[in-house]
Amino acid sequence: MSSFIFRNARVIDPVRKIDSRGDVGVIDGRIAEASEVRGGEVIDLGGKVLSPGFIDLHVHLRQPGNNMAETIASGTAAAAAGGFTSVVAMPNTNPPADTAGAIEFLRQTAAKKAVVRVLPCGCMTKGYAGEEMAGIGSLKAAGVVALSDDGRCIQDHALMRHVVEYAKSFNLPILDHCEDKCLAAGGVMHEGKWSVLLGMNGISGASEELMIARNIILARQIGWKIHMQHVSVKESVELLRNARAKGIPVTGEATPHHLTLTDECIKKYDTNYKMNPPLRSEEDRLALIAGVADGTITAIATDHAPHTMTAKMVEFDYAPFGIIGLETALPVSYGELVAKGVISLPKLVELFTAGPADILGFDDYSLAPGNPADLTVFDPEAKYTVDKEQFKSNSRNTPFDGWEVQCKTMLTMVGGKIVYNEL
Amino acid sequence: MEWTRKDLLSLYDLSAEEITFLLDTAEEFKKVSERNVKKVPALRGKTVVNLFVEPSTRTRVSFELAEQRLSADIVNMQASSSSLLKGETLLDTVRNIESLQVDLIVMRHSAPGAQAFIAKHLKCGVVNAGDGAHSHPTQALLDIFTMREKKGALKDLKVTIVGDILHSRVARSNMWGLLKLGAKVTLAGPSTLVPREFEAAGVRVCHNLKDAVQDADVVNLLRIQHERQSAGFFPSTGEYAKFFGLNRQNLRWMKPDVLVMHPGPINRDVELTSEVADGPNSVILEQVTNGLAVRMAVLFLVAGCVKK
Repeated sequence: MSSFIFRNARVIDPVRKIDSRGDVGVIDGRIAEASEVRGGEVIDLGGKVLSPGFIDLHVHLRQPGNNMAETIASGTAAAAAGGFTSVVAMPNTNPPADTAGAIEFLRQTAAKKAVVRVLPCGCMTKGYAGEEMAGIGSLKAAGVVALSDDGRCIQDHALMRHVVEYAKSFNLPILDHCEDKCLAAGGVMHEGKWSVLLGMNGISGASEELMIARNIILARQIGWKIHMQHVSVKESVELLRNARAKGIPVTGEATPHHLTLTDECIKKYDTNYKMNPPLRSEEDRLALIAGVADGTITAIATDHAPHTMTAKMVEFDYAPFGIIGLETALPVSYGELVAKGVISLPKLVELFTAGPADILGFDDYSLAPGNPADLTVFDPEAKYTVDKEQFKSNSRNTPFDGWEVQCKTMLTMVGGKIVYNEL
Repeated sequence: MEWTRKDLLSLYDLSAEEITFLLDTAEEFKKVSERNVKKVPALRGKTVVNLFVEPSTRTRVSFELAEQRLSADIVNMQASSSSLLKGETLLDTVRNIESLQVDLIVMRHSAPGAQAFIAKHLKCGVVNAGDGAHSHPTQALLDIFTMREKKGALKDLKVTIVGDILHSRVARSNMWGLLKLGAKVTLAGPSTLVPREFEAAGVRVCHNLKDAVQDADVVNLLRIQHERQSAGFFPSTGEYAKFFGLNRQNLRWMKPDVLVMHPGPINRDVELTSEVADGPNSVILEQVTNGLAVRMAVLFLVAGCVKK
């Protein structure tokens, strides 16, 4: 394997609390002291940021089942273009990833087609139907890093309790889509002023809050990690903040779209603003930003949810939930959080690296010599216009097309191999 | 003023001037229906498709008659007989209709925003005949037309709308139209069906009938649907009638010249008793008559803006 020296980097390594100018070496797929590299390729970064590779906790690769919307190849190419070196693949494919065989398919396909690491996530229940526990031990043996029924939420609290208890014994974190079905039934957007004025069925914030409260109770009782996916309402952030202050092992992620957009966007009936959880009120958005700023929310995740143009070019009520996000997460988050002075650049890097790594239970996700050379290089000064036609993803369902943004992925390296290069 | 819109989607989009212009135009068309020969050649040579993706009787009949009295050629399409059931998308259906060189599509659909969605992609005109709980602009225009005819200026007129506001496109369209013209709007009904969020639009929300109607110049009653009862929004139509229905007794709380309106079809003894429905304050059937004039005005103005 080849060797590299990255010179003149602004090295940001949150785990080791480093933010300084320096050089980073890569030997045989692993990080090394630059001084130890003999005769490798020298890449001068001219002050651009080099950080551990980004991890996205929440990606829908759609394969198997909907290859037209995305495949493991196209989805991981999109990830590489967004600076992500690892993506957690949500199991709500068709068929769902609820058996060791399904995980084996994912791993084998990824080995052939993926350009970044695909971290398999298994279903909590068979067919993610919320009725019977999936073969969690077998899923673990097949290589899953976490469990989730994403897209759905186990409504039966006793079953959820058993899943969490059982998952604990296999050391698997739970990633939960928190939504009470009764309170969300029939909803297509956030329940609030805009749903009322537009005559649309609402998904109340309480539907999320209720299940987050349930999960906090179970995490405390069982003493096991429950991670709340795509937190979207103010009260959820408050619940998480209080629970974390008490030392209950719960975490939360925020998506770039919930940090930047609100339910008012739905006035135009553009289905690229339809996702679940829905875009919430401005008050919720600001509370989510505050949660990121004070450390209540420790990861940014995209909930990258590809859908074909055909699927989205329909009446708002009938459009599927979800938008893509891998190729816009960095600049959109930078614009809202760093450019506006809410958090520092190293803190943003942490939300994409050490934060998600910690949720998955990874040790030392840093640039320490010897670690796998999963690296992201980006230029926080580079300004450009988002053009969905340039996306590597098979899908185009983004609300960010045409946005003037800043902060661009320049190079992505996975295990010492350059998988994306705009330098 | 000059009318410039090829589509009528929602009264929220219109200015006070545009709404007034529509009402003035409707006054002229009302005279047509009062003649012996109830037909004018205003839309001769124009083709209108009535696409009812959600079933309707009275609105469809009213639109059809309005189109016939304007001498338009018309085609009626129901969702049940269209390709939508075969899996064709709505956009493909309406693009096919447009390719037949149709000038206007009058559409009703259960999904809010469906007309706005197709209008963006079509050169022909689109008239919204009701989209889910969002908007029903011609119903609101005929209601406002009737109010103006009976009460004169809309400015500071006190209008109370009673019923299932949450699920009502009639309530929303009336609210926006009336607010634009300076009326004072109260929305009333059971708290489960009249959320406080409506206050953001600049209306009064009220969950007590007496408070809602005692100062009103107009009381517009909305149809209560039985399916809301099974969905748990209120216990029974009987209890609804007891607390929110108009009857001989509570008519005494109101101004003697209050206008009682209803977009129909009425549930006698639920929203109102027969004494009220057929009494001197009721203008329910005049609303139906005015609906024709309003729809003629809308079709005429919108068709004039469709570019060939």
